[in-house]
Amino acid sequence: MLFFEAIRLALQQIRVQKLKSFFTLVGVTIGVMFLIAVVSIVEGMSRYVEQDFAGKFLGINTFNLRRFPDIQTGEVTEAEWKAWTRRPPVTIQDAQAVRDVLPSDTRWAVQDVQWMVPASHFISGGSQLIAQAVTAEYFAIKDLAVSKGRVFTEQEDALGAAVVVIGQETAQHYFPNLDPIGRELRFRSVPFRVIGVLDKQGSVGPMNLDRQAIAPFHSPMGRLTRGRTGNLYGVMVQAPSVGALAEVQQTVREVMRRRRKLAPGQQDNFAFETAESALASWQTIKKFLVLAGVVLPAIGLIVGAIVIMNIMLVAVAERTREIGIRKSLGARRRDVLWQFLVEAATLSVIGACFGIGLGIALSQLVAAVTPLPASVAPWSIVVGVIIGAGVGIIAGIYPASRAARLDPIVALRAE
Amino acid sequence: MTADTTNLPPLSTTAERQAVVQSTGAIPSKEWVIVTRGLTRDYDMGGEVVHALRGVDVAIRRNEYVAIMGPSGSGKSTLMNLVGCLDTPSNGEYWLNGEMVSKMKDDELARVRNREIGFVFQTFNLLPRATALHNVELPLVYAGVGSGERRRRASEALARVQLADRMDHRPNELSGGQRQRVAIARALVNRPAILLADEPTGNLDSGTSEEIMRVFEDLADSGQTVIMVTHEQDIAAHAKRVIVLRDGRVSSDDRREAFAAKVAL
Repeated sequence: MLFFEAIRLALQQIRVQKLKSFFTLVGVTIGVMFLIAVVSIVEGMSRYVEQDFAGKFLGINTFNLRRFPDIQTGEVTEAEWKAWTRRPPVTIQDAQAVRDVLPSDTRWAVQDVQWMVPASHFISGGSQLIAQAVTAEYFAIKDLAVSKGRVFTEQEDALGAAVVVIGQETAQHYFPNLDPIGRELRFRSVPFRVIGVLDKQGSVGPMNLDRQAIAPFHSPMGRLTRGRTGNLYGVMVQAPSVGALAEVQQTVREVMRRRRKLAPGQQDNFAFETAESALASWQTIKKFLVLAGVVLPAIGLIVGAIVIMNIMLVAVAERTREIGIRKSLGARRRDVLWQFLVEAATLSVIGACFGIGLGIALSQLVAAVTPLPASVAPWSIVVGVIIGAGVGIIAGIYPASRAARLDPIVALRAE
Repeated sequence: MTADTTNLPPLSTTAERQAVVQSTGAIPSKEWVIVTRGLTRDYDMGGEVVHALRGVDVAIRRNEYVAIMGPSGSGKSTLMNLVGCLDTPSNGEYWLNGEMVSKMKDDELARVRNREIGFVFQTFNLLPRATALHNVELPLVYAGVGSGERRRRASEALARVQLADRMDHRPNELSGGQRQRVAIARALVNRPAILLADEPTGNLDSGTSEEIMRVFEDLADSGQTVIMVTHEQDIAAHAKRVIVLRDGRVSSDDRREAFAAKVAL
């Protein structure tokens, strides 16, 4: 009962002194706003990186066998880089050896990549696209589906059929207002027949996955992407489950070490790229972001707490007479303490609520004007409110206990 | 007036009061609302001890209407603070409504103030931003009374001081006399053992003072114990008994008639 009375009193106080209350709230509002915004952006980026990026770029439960990691994790020293360039390339023979030892429920694909600018009968030129030469299971590993036509089959790959599956933007660019299926697209003058258009893919970092072309590994595309060196971009292996991933990786490592004739003490001269390793750098970034997400709001909240404490001290001084009156009418110390604590907490929670609103707005704004996605975590709203109340209570303790300890006779005499 | 008072117990006599005051340690019988025995209060004013009260023996029977007078420095404010349970004595006993109050802790004193004492102050001491009704409700809030009951009792108390039509007014929308009547309603709302008024007319003109004095007289006639601290003789003359303090001691304790006669000399 006294609780609602105290809240009612607090709201009345806020209503009477709107401007002062506003300034009181600013600190907490800013603190909670940053908390919500940073958490939302980090959350959004996490979802983006961990799901989209890892999924689209690498595939689920998949690792890539490479000469060295394509997605560098953290800092690479010059010495490391030099060592990497001295490594032997991953060859088609390596890929075949790997395939031979894989369990039957494991998917396998050879992948080669090159930036190219193709041409159609209608359009030549335009921005570069990602041209890939892959074996047929690539589509299954990456969970790629077509919105038009079909993907190529193992037989087509084996026969080296000059067919190509293209991205949405590539289709629109080279075949404006036309059905691209069955039409010709030339890569370095070699004609390929378009048999499928991929679903909308979006972008992963700088790479626009709607601007790509995928052809069979044994088609002329293989020669175009590989050039004269004969080394592969990578071999993709998809384990049937997360649990099997490490085991499959170990099998492949053993094969590769045998082929490379590495002594037990020597390091691998090839690399495995997993979603986990690709995400390692993101984890580092995320740590900084989360730190910022803690430090920025903390500064706001500390400032907010100091302001609230100040305002409450002023309020206690201004309302000494009122405290005296209340005490003369039978208010106990804890009644007075409670009144001022609830008032501080109410102020602060209102500030936090504004902060939550602004934080959500800010994260939406960031999502709208930057490529960063944002998703508001429900727990951050709850935390915002709790932090608001907590800041108010902590900031209110000292002023409230001062009020509670006032001598009623002295307080009644105050002006 | 004589007709009204016949229903009430008679004023205590000097002999009766002395009997109660001198039996140190004994719980006074229920009819004695206030009994102080050798009450002292010393203040430490920067190393120098000031004896504000030097042993006050006062006994007030239920339904009495008593004025406490004295020049400034006589200790009447100190006595008023002690009687009002806003302060505790340095020494001596204070019994309020059968309870020993002089040794109580802060929160117990708050409870006693809430239940047993209705304050009326010179400066009214209403909360400026609260309505008359809410001001009157305050003691009930601290007594833990539910909001419906609170509202009912507060409006009853306001009706008793003829302010039923001013319940939603704030203090600054009321005249001085009306404000003091709100304060009286607030003092009465918890049905206290004593109504304790400190210079209740000090901020009012003489016409309004008379109005407030009539309210006090009506209350006293209806059986409310009233204790009024004042330095004005014509205000004190409204009470039925006048206690005069001098230098921290009771210098005289007379019926109104005897006091009036002394003053006339």
